[in-house]
Amino acid sequence: MTFTSPADVRERLATVGYLPDDAIATTVYLAAALGKPLLVEGPAGVGKTELAKAVAEITDAELVRLQCYEGLDEPRALYEWNYKKQLLRIQAAGDESWNATHDDIFTEEFLLERPLLTAIRRSEPTVLLIDETDKADVEVEGLLLEVLSDFQVTIPELGTITAVRRPFVVLTSNATRELSEALKRRCLYLHLDYPSPERERDIVKARVPGIEDALAERLAQLVATLRTLELKKAPSIAETIDWARTLLALGLDRMDADTISATLGVVLKHHSDQERARKELVPDGSSR
Amino acid sequence: MALLDRHIGFVAALREAGLPVSLAEGLDAVHALEAIDLTERASLRAAYAATVVKRPAHREAFDMLFDLWFPPALGSHEEARDRPAYDDPELVRLRDELSRILLSGDETALRAFARGAVGAYGRGNGGSGQWFSYQVLRTLSADTLMAGLLNSVLAERGGLDEKVARRTFTRRIERFEQLVGEDVRRRLAEETSVERVARANVRPPLEQIDFLRATRADLAALRREMHPLARRLATRLTIRNRHGRRGRLDFRRTVRASLSTGGVPITTHHRPRRPHKPELVVLCDASDSVSSFAHFTLLLTYALREQFAKVRAFAFIDGLDEVTRFFAPGADVVEAMTRMTNEADIVWVSGHSDYGRAFGVFEERYADAITPKTSLLILGDARTNYQNPGLETLRRLAGRARHAYWLNPEPLRDWDSGDSAASAYEGVVPMHECRNLTQLAEFVETLA
Repeated sequence: MTFTSPADVRERLATVGYLPDDAIATTVYLAAALGKPLLVEGPAGVGKTELAKAVAEITDAELVRLQCYEGLDEPRALYEWNYKKQLLRIQAAGDESWNATHDDIFTEEFLLERPLLTAIRRSEPTVLLIDETDKADVEVEGLLLEVLSDFQVTIPELGTITAVRRPFVVLTSNATRELSEALKRRCLYLHLDYPSPERERDIVKARVPGIEDALAERLAQLVATLRTLELKKAPSIAETIDWARTLLALGLDRMDADTISATLGVVLKHHSDQERARKELVPDGSSR
Repeated sequence: MALLDRHIGFVAALREAGLPVSLAEGLDAVHALEAIDLTERASLRAAYAATVVKRPAHREAFDMLFDLWFPPALGSHEEARDRPAYDDPELVRLRDELSRILLSGDETALRAFARGAVGAYGRGNGGSGQWFSYQVLRTLSADTLMAGLLNSVLAERGGLDEKVARRTFTRRIERFEQLVGEDVRRRLAEETSVERVARANVRPPLEQIDFLRATRADLAALRREMHPLARRLATRLTIRNRHGRRGRLDFRRTVRASLSTGGVPITTHHRPRRPHKPELVVLCDASDSVSSFAHFTLLLTYALREQFAKVRAFAFIDGLDEVTRFFAPGADVVEAMTRMTNEADIVWVSGHSDYGRAFGVFEERYADAITPKTSLLILGDARTNYQNPGLETLRRLAGRARHAYWLNPEPLRDWDSGDSAASAYEGVVPMHECRNLTQLAEFVETLA
């Protein structure tokens, strides 16, 4: 999986509708060139997971996804033996000697691959997405350290399995807890933040075909203004796109105070946020 | 070779500014430099950022140091000029040009303009000596261009359009001021030494900023940090509960289970642990001397509400009033703060904090707020203005609570100086120094 330059990354990502800025393009290029995992942090809905998907798409790679959650353990992340099938095999064996059976039931056939092992064993291009790493327990980070620094896994019965072809690894995190220094040290780091209004306008135009330039521009400016208010949950890019689609679906092509007031629920999901935005953005006529 | 020296100097400066750059990360950066086109400054910055900056809070210091070590330009060709009169035709022309650039939002032009402006007006004392950015900013006073900028894009003033336009221009003007600052530091660094300029200009990362010295911009940033912090603390607390000791032995279930193993209790059963959700009573000094601290801790109180069965907040100066009602669930935080200062009855006579009287009023009116399940949290600098500290009252209050803590935003070395009664209070209630986010987060962890 190679790119020739950051510009190359930028162009190819743009072909699948992901518009990167300089930092994103360079960091993705470096992660591929240096063969290092890429840790992407930032608020919800700025395109962290999308980035992994887009990279998979432009490199014709398969996306293997490990969704992290509290209580995620080794068998679910790495591999597991298929006990039921093993039991069947033992029962079917009849009076075969124990040694023969024993050798038989710890083979490929009874191995259940989980995302990490899958990603390591694939010989075709692979993008491994470890999503919401911060949701997993600290022990999982230890497991990831081993896998991500050497790209190998040891299964006692089968021996050490080393990656045939290094996957491109993307870890995402909302920073609900601080990841360990050790993990951060092994990764390249990219902090994704809300885009500039100019970039957001382009993203809206790329993702919502049929939207007029002026409307996209205004939408981006509005959302940027909303983000400067102190809200509980600032609108994400995904919500901006939803807003654009809503306006198109309603056949509205102007953003006046009434339209905004009526559709604000698409971007702001807390009542107090909506109230605040209405008060700040929509003039009530008397204050003029 | 020169590049390697730059790299080493840069990494050393990052470490000095408090960024934990490990040896491995420094090496990664070198590998990254080999992979990219070094003439592309944006790529260079991104490569360094990806390898050595692993926390958003460190980014500001990184950017400043990067601009010093890898300056966008060298030298200057402009002749320094004296500060012109306000109606100087040259200055009028320059301001017109700036206005035009701000209108178009052209970053390259803005950068070039900032460089030119610093060259012309940035020298102190009419062309000799140091470089100053405030001189440039005062001469051009970009913020006074706002009205003109708004007029040229808006058909009529007011309402939503103005809001949006104003935000756009404010952002560009700030960018201009940033660029001027950057260029001034670059010139200073060229004439003196990069290290010296770096040391004088780096600000501590957000989590280390002193509550009492926080600027308005810092406070806004801290406030934004509030929700993630509360969420992070909440996650930590739940994890701690889950890993906690198992509950009491469930004797009956254990015996019953042992029947199948011939009376040998092989597996023990335990009662589920009852989640301990303490109640919290917060007493917060809201006087001017600690207002930024109070502001911040009240926000924390507000955010922590979910973690505690019941939170009641009281603010005091020389009067005391319950302020819980302003922080109802779903309430708007900023508005709550304003309403609190306007409506709550916390000033009695002077507006200087009077701990003794505040504790007295509390005991008299709200004593029932404290039960054996309550954690009592007092926030303040313990500066009594030489009034009665009310130690006995506090002792009675703390005695009734399950725990009592005092958070003091002043540095430890200032305790007991002047009118501070820190030690006296510490004898009654354990006192913690709490000057920045890091210390606050550490404290909340002990609180659970």
